[in-house]
Amino acid sequence: MDLTVNLGGIKLKNPVAVASGTFGYGLEYADFIEPEKIGAVIVKGTTLHPRPGNPGPRIYETPAGMLNAIGLENPGIEVFLREYLPRLRERQVTVISNIAGNSIEEYALMASLLQGQEGIAGIELNISCPNVKQGGIQFGTDPETVRQVVAAVKKETSLPVIPKLSPNVTDIAAIALAAAEGGADALSMINTLGGMAIDINRRKPVLGNVFGGLSGPAIKPVALKMIYQVYREVDLPILGGGGIVNHIDALEFFMAGAAAVSIGTGNFVNPCLALELLEGMEKYMQEQGFSSIQELVGIAHT
Amino acid sequence: MPSLEKARIISNSKQYHNLYIMEIEAPKTAKQCKPGQFLHIRSNPGLDPLLRRPLSLYDVDKKAAKISLLYKVVGKGTALLADMLPGENLDIMGPLGRGFSLPESAKKCLLVGGGVGMAPLLYLARELRRGGNELLVLYGVGNEKELLALERLEAIGSQVQIATIDGSRGLKGPLIPPLFSEILSNERIEFIYSCGPESMMKLWQEWAGINHIAGEVSLEEYMACGVGACLGCARKARPDNEFYVKICKDGPVFRLDELELE
Ligand SMILES: Cc1cc2nc3c(=O)[nH]c(=O)nc-3n(C[C@H](O)[C@H](O)[C@H](O)COP(=O)(O)O)c2cc1C
Repeated sequence: MDLTVNLGGIKLKNPVAVASGTFGYGLEYADFIEPEKIGAVIVKGTTLHPRPGNPGPRIYETPAGMLNAIGLENPGIEVFLREYLPRLRERQVTVISNIAGNSIEEYALMASLLQGQEGIAGIELNISCPNVKQGGIQFGTDPETVRQVVAAVKKETSLPVIPKLSPNVTDIAAIALAAAEGGADALSMINTLGGMAIDINRRKPVLGNVFGGLSGPAIKPVALKMIYQVYREVDLPILGGGGIVNHIDALEFFMAGAAAVSIGTGNFVNPCLALELLEGMEKYMQEQGFSSIQELVGIAHT
Repeated sequence: MPSLEKARIISNSKQYHNLYIMEIEAPKTAKQCKPGQFLHIRSNPGLDPLLRRPLSLYDVDKKAAKISLLYKVVGKGTALLADMLPGENLDIMGPLGRGFSLPESAKKCLLVGGGVGMAPLLYLARELRRGGNELLVLYGVGNEKELLALERLEAIGSQVQIATIDGSRGLKGPLIPPLFSEILSNERIEFIYSCGPESMMKLWQEWAGINHIAGEVSLEEYMACGVGACLGCARKARPDNEFYVKICKDGPVFRLDELELE
């Protein structure tokens, strides 16, 4: 059974990654799952300077999902490179770095800092974080800006670049096309959907940041549709995710057009999910007579 | 090292109103437990509710590989937990978090537990007694039927003083320092542990400060990952700090001199 994937130049030993912001810097879950066995570990969104993140409450459970407004808390790219990356490299984890900037120049600067760092397989561009005032989503909702961010980053690095698209747009295919024009090597989709909750006793929004991002099974149909759409219009491999909690979900994403999948909120439910999924997928493939995961990619398109 | 385990439910029963005690058999997990740590449990195999819930270690019997959990039914997750039957499996992850520290030499310790805040303090009391410490436990509840831990606390040889809001047992009133001023004036407390509503713990933090007594408190917060990966359970240790601590990883137990309660 061939489960290897080439995701825009990143060689993955298997097609299941863990999503940024849900797996820390890769070792927090190491008592439960060996990160080096996971297809790729996409580490927490990192910015040029340290960020404290948003005031609490930062998370809230909703039906079959959750809202989060972490606000990109992170120690900054230098600390990531100095303190976290060496440990991941030592364990031979396939690391995809996730960066968010305040300006096109900042994205480019961070890409140049990642360039040449041993142990980084690729860069995911977070142009879709709904929880920060600057950086993130405003770079991901206008096609021309998307093209410029991706092009600016590509100029600074030879690493595969994977823009992460926001579902909070009217025409996801237009954004995906712009990313392709900018030189993207693959696309990651989807980030969280904007949402909120209200506490009727306090008569106030629940989240400290008022708005948050919705993730988990609740968003799966939205993610699938967007991936299906983009697969038709853009000739780039897709890292698909949004609500995956079992191998059936994952198979749906491959069939919609994802070349690899990512698990976010599902890690919180079952920290071993990224590897357990593979067993279920392999069993399905065996029974149905498939010998390579690539045969499934986009198979639902008629 | 913490692990994932399918624990077997030995018993799960309502004690009073919305208060339940569940006993589970968890050979892998039980032997790793320290007082003040928590288990991250899944209350149902479905998708709603989705996230795990943190529950304190109420009591642990390492020899028998048994763990007891004391919980209050407050929402969907705990309601489903209450419906689980003996013989069924409970999906647990743990033990997680930083627990209480135990004194190196025997001390006179004050334990202050409000309501289900007693949950992490019983196992602590057991381990403290094993270490030869002398314990005064202040136990505050609404009415005497909620004093679920009382028998076990007395059985391990701690001195217990009770406060009930309705006056059905012990002193009448909330679990705050003035109510116990007479009792405490005759004691030489060397260390304080507390868990319960934060407004109550804040008053005990002030009391400990005035009396130059060191101590620890256990905090509660909604959590997603439970291991410091998602940064969801954040709070500021002090209001003017720039950065946040994570209850799941930096806590749930904090030293009184590490944070300012609100
Ligand atoms: C607590 C939390 C934190 C997240 N942080 C980030 C982040 O820092 N950068 C990012 O690109 N996406 C972040 N995400 C989005 C996830 O990577 C993922 O795209 C999204 O949750 C949808 O997938 P899921 O339904 O499997 O969780 C975060 C999601 C959650 C739940």
